[in-house]
Amino acid sequence: MKKTGSQILLECLQLEGVDTIFGYPGGTVINIYNDLMDYPIKHVLTRHEQGAVHAADGYARATGKVGVAIATSGPGATNTITGIATAYMDSIPLVVITGQVPTPLIGNDAFQEADIIGITRPVTKHNYLVKDVKDLARILKQAFYIARTGRPGPVVVDLPKDVQMATTKFEYPETVEIRGYKPTYSGNLRQIEKAVKMILAAKKPVIYVGGGVTLSDASTELLSFAETIQTPVTTTLMAMASFPRNNPLSLGMLGMHGTYYANMAVTHTDLLIAVGARFDDRVTGRIATFAPHAKIIHIDIDPTSIKKNVRVDLPIVGDLKDVLGKMVLKLAEHGDEAKQLVATLDPWRKEIEGWKTEHPMSYQPSDRIIKPQFVIEKLRELSNDDAIITTEVGQHQMWTAQFFEFRQPRTFLTSGGLGTMGYGLPAALGAQAAFPERQVIDISGDGSFQMNSQELATLVQYRLPVKIAILNNNFLGMVRQWQQLFFDKRYSQTCLELPIDFVKLAEAYGATGLKATRPDEVEEVIKKAFATAGPVIMEFKVAREENVLPMVPAGAGLNEMVLAS
Amino acid sequence: MKHTISVLVENEFGVLTRVAGLFSGRGFNIESLSVAPTLDPSTSRMTIVTRGDEQILEQITKQLNKLIDTIKVIDFTGQDYIEREMALIKVTAEEETRAEVLRIVDIFRAKVVDVTPRSYTVEITGAPAKVDAIVELLRPMGIKELVRSGPVVLGRGSKGWKGAE
Repeated sequence: MKKTGSQILLECLQLEGVDTIFGYPGGTVINIYNDLMDYPIKHVLTRHEQGAVHAADGYARATGKVGVAIATSGPGATNTITGIATAYMDSIPLVVITGQVPTPLIGNDAFQEADIIGITRPVTKHNYLVKDVKDLARILKQAFYIARTGRPGPVVVDLPKDVQMATTKFEYPETVEIRGYKPTYSGNLRQIEKAVKMILAAKKPVIYVGGGVTLSDASTELLSFAETIQTPVTTTLMAMASFPRNNPLSLGMLGMHGTYYANMAVTHTDLLIAVGARFDDRVTGRIATFAPHAKIIHIDIDPTSIKKNVRVDLPIVGDLKDVLGKMVLKLAEHGDEAKQLVATLDPWRKEIEGWKTEHPMSYQPSDRIIKPQFVIEKLRELSNDDAIITTEVGQHQMWTAQFFEFRQPRTFLTSGGLGTMGYGLPAALGAQAAFPERQVIDISGDGSFQMNSQELATLVQYRLPVKIAILNNNFLGMVRQWQQLFFDKRYSQTCLELPIDFVKLAEAYGATGLKATRPDEVEEVIKKAFATAGPVIMEFKVAREENVLPMVPAGAGLNEMVLAS
Repeated sequence: MKHTISVLVENEFGVLTRVAGLFSGRGFNIESLSVAPTLDPSTSRMTIVTRGDEQILEQITKQLNKLIDTIKVIDFTGQDYIEREMALIKVTAEEETRAEVLRIVDIFRAKVVDVTPRSYTVEITGAPAKVDAIVELLRPMGIKELVRSGPVVLGRGSKGWKGAE
């Protein structure tokens, strides 16, 4: 039986196991929305297309599945760009379907036309303009395959209205054959053997973990690798939840706002084992002084990541689950030497302990004003271990990374690469749609929150009980901090002078609003929020000029941390 | 350092933009680029000349390989290969210079492919250095217009590049 393009799209989504999509209707996707009524796919109507893509992204990060968003042509499609770029920078698997004007009108400056394939080319893993309905099933099969395999990423499928309406026989291909795309999954055994030799010869090794571990679902393998060689583990922002922070080997985050001891360990290490990380500038600081004494082993599925920013002594291309698994097996073959190594590393672990004692992660507590770090600690204390935390971008994001102490993979969803303010609320929405029973908390700032606050409506409409903690300092705090430290306290355009009543805002949308202005109110507010059904905004009036510390100034070396204001 | 890279790609719309965008988006420079379908009409072969140190070239070839539409990439630098470029040169050829232009054309085994009372259009094929040389010699005569194809390259020897027939 013949099917229309829009039916084929929905059939393909079903065959890909997609149960929830996020989107916003419009003229060039009206056929898809019409047919959607006949399919058992749950659609979440966000209040902005950017929100739809972030929600699909949050869904993908929380579940490991491909997130799907849909938007109409022109402005609908251009509104998705920030969402797509966010996913691209963090390698999140998405398929974004955009409507397009009918093929005869493409290029005519038609109503609501935008060259979305041209616009999204630099921020997608791949994109497709479907010109013939006969190609649609194959393209969708490829889109999902490309999005989730190799180094994952967003794929845009631009679907002209006439292609949605055209009919053809529907056949979903069973296999994918793309001659130019064959990601390497299996790590080379000779390279792995070499890596093991380097590890066994190390005196001061450090494992540096990035978002790849989450993408490859390799947390178990990572833990077993680290514990076998009793080597300290530092994680990037993207990897905070992939290694338990309460494990004695955890050094927490490294880089610009990393812990003193993680940055010192990286500065003094003689073997840096980079696992699914990409040596971002926020991690390395000045490249010349980054891990200056270290040999570097770099394990990554994406060959372009290797030697992009730093020299690498031993590259291993492959899936982390595979490579780390093989490493552990290889180490088992060298059982005695591995045991010897654990003993050899004793002075190294003691040296690190020294740094930990010298400068632990801390802040100046107060019983007068609410310290933002205190709120994060309380949220951690009062939430479940499997609670999913999202953040926006700025100070609150860094404090969350520093103080939340994540325990389980896929519980920390944050925009690491692009640094997108306004990510957290819709991402929380997507995660909550995937896991209606779990606690989902968006930790936000008053600035970031206002970038996508319209999604409160979506939360209320779909009864998604996301809890939102706004650390309100009436500042764009991170920029203010830079202005304080590097621009003589000239606070240009960073003071959000209009005090927003977030409690009333919550109520206007039909959500619950709570507020704490004193430290002794914090626990009560959090407890009350967690006990309330439905979405809740918790507004915390926090210390206005609190800084995120330690801090490595931009362009400085990791050992040149500012430790106190 | 100059590098000549051959890239076998899917012959689809938008592929050229993907390749060009990869260069522009990362601040890499394309010195010349030529592209046309191969024996198999579903693939095209590009020849790209670019400059950069070893690290940049490694990134360029890796990034090219990363494109979904890229099937194969070869950097010919340091290999034995034939490089040919074609140029069409419209050169002033009046009374006093007509004979000299023809002599130069003859020496270079170039061809005159269009003649007017005031100009010759010269076709030359050869290694880029040879094209450079004839351009330099014709320059004093007055070059009205010049177009170069950018080089195309092929490895020497009997072995073909699999998939790139």
